[in-house]
Amino acid sequence: MSSPTGPAAKTERLLNLVLCLLYTRRALPKSKIRDIVPQYGDAASDEAFDRMFERDKDELRELGIPLVTEDIGGVWDDEVGYRIDQREYALPDIEFEPDELAVLGLASRTWAHASLAGPAAQALRKLKAAGIERDVDSLVGIEPRLGTSEPAFEPVKNAVVAQQTISFGYRTGGQGEVNARRVQPWGLASWHGRWYLTGFDLDRGAPRVFRLSRIDGAVSPVRRAAPYVVPSDHRAREMIRTTVGEREVSGTATVRVRQGRGQSLRRRGTARGVEGEWTTLQVPFTDDDALADEVSGYGADVVVVEPAEVRDLVVARLRGALAAHRALTGGAA
Amino acid sequence: MSTQETATARLARLLTMVPWLVNRQGIDTEQAAADLGISVEQLETDLRLLYLCGYGQMPDELIDAEWEGGHVFVSNADTIARPLRLGRDEALTLMVGLRALAAVPGLGERDTIERAMAKLEAATGASAEAASRVEVAIDEGVEAGLLADARRAVETHRRVHLRYLVPSRDESTERDVDPMRVVNLDARWYLEGWCHRAQDTRLFRMDRIESLDVLDVDGTPPADARLRDLDAGTFTPREDDTRVTLRLSRGAAWVADYYPVDSVDVAADGSSTVTLRTADTLWLRRLLWRLGGHAIVVSPPELARAVTDGALEALAAYGAADPAPASGR
Repeated sequence: MSSPTGPAAKTERLLNLVLCLLYTRRALPKSKIRDIVPQYGDAASDEAFDRMFERDKDELRELGIPLVTEDIGGVWDDEVGYRIDQREYALPDIEFEPDELAVLGLASRTWAHASLAGPAAQALRKLKAAGIERDVDSLVGIEPRLGTSEPAFEPVKNAVVAQQTISFGYRTGGQGEVNARRVQPWGLASWHGRWYLTGFDLDRGAPRVFRLSRIDGAVSPVRRAAPYVVPSDHRAREMIRTTVGEREVSGTATVRVRQGRGQSLRRRGTARGVEGEWTTLQVPFTDDDALADEVSGYGADVVVVEPAEVRDLVVARLRGALAAHRALTGGAA
Repeated sequence: MSTQETATARLARLLTMVPWLVNRQGIDTEQAAADLGISVEQLETDLRLLYLCGYGQMPDELIDAEWEGGHVFVSNADTIARPLRLGRDEALTLMVGLRALAAVPGLGERDTIERAMAKLEAATGASAEAASRVEVAIDEGVEAGLLADARRAVETHRRVHLRYLVPSRDESTERDVDPMRVVNLDARWYLEGWCHRAQDTRLFRMDRIESLDVLDVDGTPPADARLRDLDAGTFTPREDDTRVTLRLSRGAAWVADYYPVDSVDVAADGSSTVTLRTADTLWLRRLLWRLGGHAIVVSPPELARAVTDGALEALAAYGAADPAPASGR
């Protein structure tokens, strides 16, 4: 192999270690492992070997490999040995039907363009390892995808899964100011294509919803934070929906729409009469500002008749846009 | 790929690769590499490493790997003949993905999804609980019937007739489309297909499809029709697009998050300057009206003029007196 200390040599060493610890029925003492795994022979001293072996054990456990320590008695009473339990190690022998593998394949491909693409593909490969898949031609033509473009996604996901209190800088919507937040993460949910974190905000002493794209800079674990429990009735999507989602219908507006225009309003509204090139529509709406936003966007093609509040909001927007741009276009109209 | 792969990541990959290959003795090397998502060169490097490993160093204790002649054989690997249990992220991706699929309206495979989910939960144990804290909603904004019709058209290669709303131009359009796929991207459903009107592939947002009729006409798209690469989102700027610069007040800072902008410069006072490219400035005009002065066009001047003219015309429709011609700002 190339360098005896390079990553290839290390993979070889770790693989040999896994193989010998899986193979053995009785826990092996460290000295024996040093004899069996040839790469440990390269260790310059006993101390170097000990350090290397300790690190290797930690890394295998981080991969989820169930390496156990057992008292093996023997010559010295306190001698311990190591082994990996086959049954704990191996993926349970569950047989998936071809159609089940097809939906699992689709579930895996959902992440194909996101930061979890690697684990998603690996998971599917493990499930398919047992046998040759027969192709199932169901589920063609449909392709859900998840995006995780927010840099905070990985650290926040890990904190949610591990129930680890975190701190981060958070930009507030209106002002764009960044405030430090300390949060006990409860859940992570994608809603309308955006990821949100739900949790208990320790500084505000209340549950809060955070949009991941507004997290500014690093997400850090809070050290020595008290353990916490996610409320059993917590539903992340429900909380997000009620916090940032739409409110109930609050009223009906009357608008006049020019012929062939205002298509999105026509879809939602009911026609109440036609006069020349104008159609009068009744449109249910939830929020004065949201309707004013929508109508302002139609410029001269849609006119609000009532309610007066919305009418005033539209006029204010148009005047604001006019005033802001007149300076640039020389005031001429 | 191996340049950044850590020793432990490679180990994890090998522990999955070995059982996979053991159950596919004699698989074509290129096929194996493709299915494993690695290059042939990487596969051969991996096999060379496996060949040196074993539960001991006696010849009969070592893994046997052969790949001469373009076929891969791996044997004497009984100790790792089964893959390692699913890791936390691995279990999470499949569980969350399945739950997302289960929420797709009108999907006929619900029963299959539930069976797969139950088996997966049995196979993952504790990780299943952690995965339940990550949720995805992709069921929004589309009727089950429409989704089912669109899918059926893709599967059976039927042409469809669409009445489709183009909000940026405030138009309802009619067109024939040869459907290629139904894709959900950032919680929105799209139908992608060859549009006979545009003579090009187009993405249609399903929530803007006013009606979809499956025609009794073959809908195989032309051979040169290509699916779009959606990795960068649905929006792909072109070279000849108009370059626009906007100044946003704090109250309009969300625009930079919401629309695909090329650059954002935030000033000390919280205002920002953004640049973007677009083929069609109509939607921008609408955006600027509704922002009521919280966003100002820095360039091009024609867009600023169009905003001014449109605002004046609209105010006239309200009978709202034109405010005194501005002196400066």
